[in-house]
Amino acid sequence: MFSNRIVNILIPIISVLLGLLFGAIIMLIFGYNPVTGFAALWNGAFGDSYFIGETVRQVTPYILSGLAVAFALRSGLLNIGVEGQVFMGWLASVWIGISLDLPMVLHLPLAILAAAVAGAFWGFIPGILKAKLGVHEVIVTIMMNYIALYLSNSIVRNLLTDGADRTENVAATASLQSSWLSEMTFYSRIHYGFIIALFMAFIMWFIINRTTTGFELRAVGFNQNASKYAGMNVSKNIILAMVISGSFAGLAGAMEGLGTFGFMSIKSGFTNIGFDGIAVALLGANTAVGVILAAFLFGVLKIGALNMPTEAGVPTELVEIIIALIIFFVASSYMIRWIILRFKKEGK
Amino acid sequence: MDYVIEMLNIRKEFPGIVANNNINLQVKKGEIHALLGENGAGKSTLMNVLFGLYQPEKGEIKVRGKKVNITDPNVANEQGIGMVHQHFMLVDTFTVTENIVLGSEPKKAGTVNLKHAEEQVRELSERYGLNVDPKAKIRDISVGMQQRVEILKTLYRGAEILIFDEPTAVLTPQEIKELIDIMNSLVKEGKSIILITHKLKEIMEVCDRCTVIRKGRGIGTLDVADTNPTELASLMVGREVSFSSEKTKANPEDVFLSVKDLMVKDVRGVEMVKGLNLEVRAGEIVGIAGVDGNGQSELIEAITGLRKSEAGSIHLHNKPITNLTPRKVTQSGVSHIPQDRHKFGLILDFPIGENMVLQSYHGKPYSKKGIMNFKQIYKKAKALISEYDVRTPSAETPARSLSGGNQQKAIIGREVDRSPDLIIAAQPTRGLDVGAIEFIHQKLIEERDKGRAVLLLSFELDEIMNLSDRISVIFDGKIIADVKPEETSEQELGLLMAGNSTEKAGEQ
Repeated sequence: MFSNRIVNILIPIISVLLGLLFGAIIMLIFGYNPVTGFAALWNGAFGDSYFIGETVRQVTPYILSGLAVAFALRSGLLNIGVEGQVFMGWLASVWIGISLDLPMVLHLPLAILAAAVAGAFWGFIPGILKAKLGVHEVIVTIMMNYIALYLSNSIVRNLLTDGADRTENVAATASLQSSWLSEMTFYSRIHYGFIIALFMAFIMWFIINRTTTGFELRAVGFNQNASKYAGMNVSKNIILAMVISGSFAGLAGAMEGLGTFGFMSIKSGFTNIGFDGIAVALLGANTAVGVILAAFLFGVLKIGALNMPTEAGVPTELVEIIIALIIFFVASSYMIRWIILRFKKEGK
Repeated sequence: MDYVIEMLNIRKEFPGIVANNNINLQVKKGEIHALLGENGAGKSTLMNVLFGLYQPEKGEIKVRGKKVNITDPNVANEQGIGMVHQHFMLVDTFTVTENIVLGSEPKKAGTVNLKHAEEQVRELSERYGLNVDPKAKIRDISVGMQQRVEILKTLYRGAEILIFDEPTAVLTPQEIKELIDIMNSLVKEGKSIILITHKLKEIMEVCDRCTVIRKGRGIGTLDVADTNPTELASLMVGREVSFSSEKTKANPEDVFLSVKDLMVKDVRGVEMVKGLNLEVRAGEIVGIAGVDGNGQSELIEAITGLRKSEAGSIHLHNKPITNLTPRKVTQSGVSHIPQDRHKFGLILDFPIGENMVLQSYHGKPYSKKGIMNFKQIYKKAKALISEYDVRTPSAETPARSLSGGNQQKAIIGREVDRSPDLIIAAQPTRGLDVGAIEFIHQKLIEERDKGRAVLLLSFELDEIMNLSDRISVIFDGKIIADVKPEETSEQELGLLMAGNSTEKAGEQ
């Protein structure tokens, strides 16, 4: 009745539906009308072209941070440091964007590349520590997140500016912003970055599924002993996985630095792009296509939520709760799998 | 005569296959009843039905004449059915008693009261001659002892009917003898035992009756006294089986592998191989006999590059391969059938087809400039699957879903197909049935006859005696004797493996 493949697709869908259902129940409990609430959410994400533009803008970094987490997970590593790698990518892209004077064909690719390299470097450190000394990547990446946050704040304040809270805008030659896309969507902050994000999703799929490198990374992710037995260099693959994962995260930073904002500012806390990436990867079952779909859902929820207080009077906190519920149900996919198999049994 | 367990017309289906097709099993009180069948014949399924892990589609189970519905293992426990699993379910860092009470801890004011339990364990252990120290930590005791802890676990829970799932697979010959004594003392105390096995020798030695199943069907139940191994084997496999592998005399040529004064440490940093010398010539099978834990694993890991050699040298064809990477060793012409097929031999989550190229994926035609060519990979995999009779629904099936014997055939296919000069086969037939063993032995002999060197590591003396052209006995990290199989006996080997030198063994 259900093949394994269908079960794997059903689980995230059921998780999302259950999340929305419980969200509706919570809205009811607090005295809001879930129908108008969800209608406001929908309008806030797709209601007019401005909202669509903003949704795409929000989805873009989510795809990349989701890919970063998913890529590491496919190699058996939990990269909690995507957040920090996003910061480093953001900083590097803006730095190149404001300090060089080059034609666009050079400047923009260079700024994007700098972001990838900076994120890769930030992933390389926990990678080499794990590979050579066996230090758990989760601990190192969490610490690296804080280092990234305060280091980039300090660089913005002391190196890139004279004590200001934000850098100047990146040169037009390094910007991803697009006036015609923006005009088409009533001056939303949509930018060319989504093309890069979709392209990188293809790259991830290609590396993981079609190259010997991907074969090795997946093998190491499943069974390090057998990989070693098969002559693979386990340490090299761990480092490589973290470097590639970090470069995806760095690109997510570039989306913000060169696209959405066009500058870097002092931050009092994390952007959550990286942390949300963990949920996106989880919901997307660590596949490239899954990540795109999950990122889209997260973007819709985040942007649509902004409209819920104004149109339906539902507080944004409630949307955060719905997102949390969806993640909860994905995380308890074991339970949903069990229920599906139960139905399968009875259906016979 | 009353039956203590009756399983009648049991039918259990899995998607695509009928694992049990109207099987009957009737066990008398106080007997040791063998359940014999090839890997994948449905033995484990049948026992899992009895133990409540699976629900049968049809059929009924009677315990002591009363019909019961065993919905989960707790019900089985209540009915006095206990299972001694093949893969032990023990917590390494806990003591024997802690492991035994796990799940039904005796509580006293919210704390676990072990004193009383310890007494009970000691008493049970004495009654059945198990000789287990209730306070010892699991990680400090031998595999044989750990198995006794598993037995105690079932006895502590009041089991009257004990299921042993291939209990001798992990034991040394001495430990097997002791286990047989334990089983005899258990039945003397009125317990009944179901022994899942495919080792005919054990059945002949300990069992009263034997139920044979083949390909999911019950073939029949025999009195062991009225049958013989040949009959049992042909009932199980469905055709005549030869026990001793036919082979001609070896024609050893040049020394191919030469190990000199090798020293290797294990994970804990303890020296396990202590100045070992070994030679294997092209065209001969050298068997390493020894009790587990005398440096065999470390020796093989050192040769294959998985573990660092501290001192000494390893040469292949007079070329040094000491401390090369596993890939370099492989490329020098070494194939390795690893001892632990799940840990080293396969990536269980990968399709079986992709596992077939685990050693060769990085070269043509399976990949070109770093891009995988799955068409070529699966073409090769399908060829190997049919050549080595790997039974799998498809080449895309995850390796995890295959039975142990088929996983092993896949590994052997992969390793032998690379036409290596040296094949290292570590426990190549562990846990396999007669049919698969015959096949694998034949393959190894074929390779020998093609002029390849074969280094065989096995804890089964039968296998060593049967297959080797020369036997090297390993004890405490050294080869202490080199004997010819036709000039020795199991007894002599047993003594040598226990560390007696050749002269002393000769005297006894």
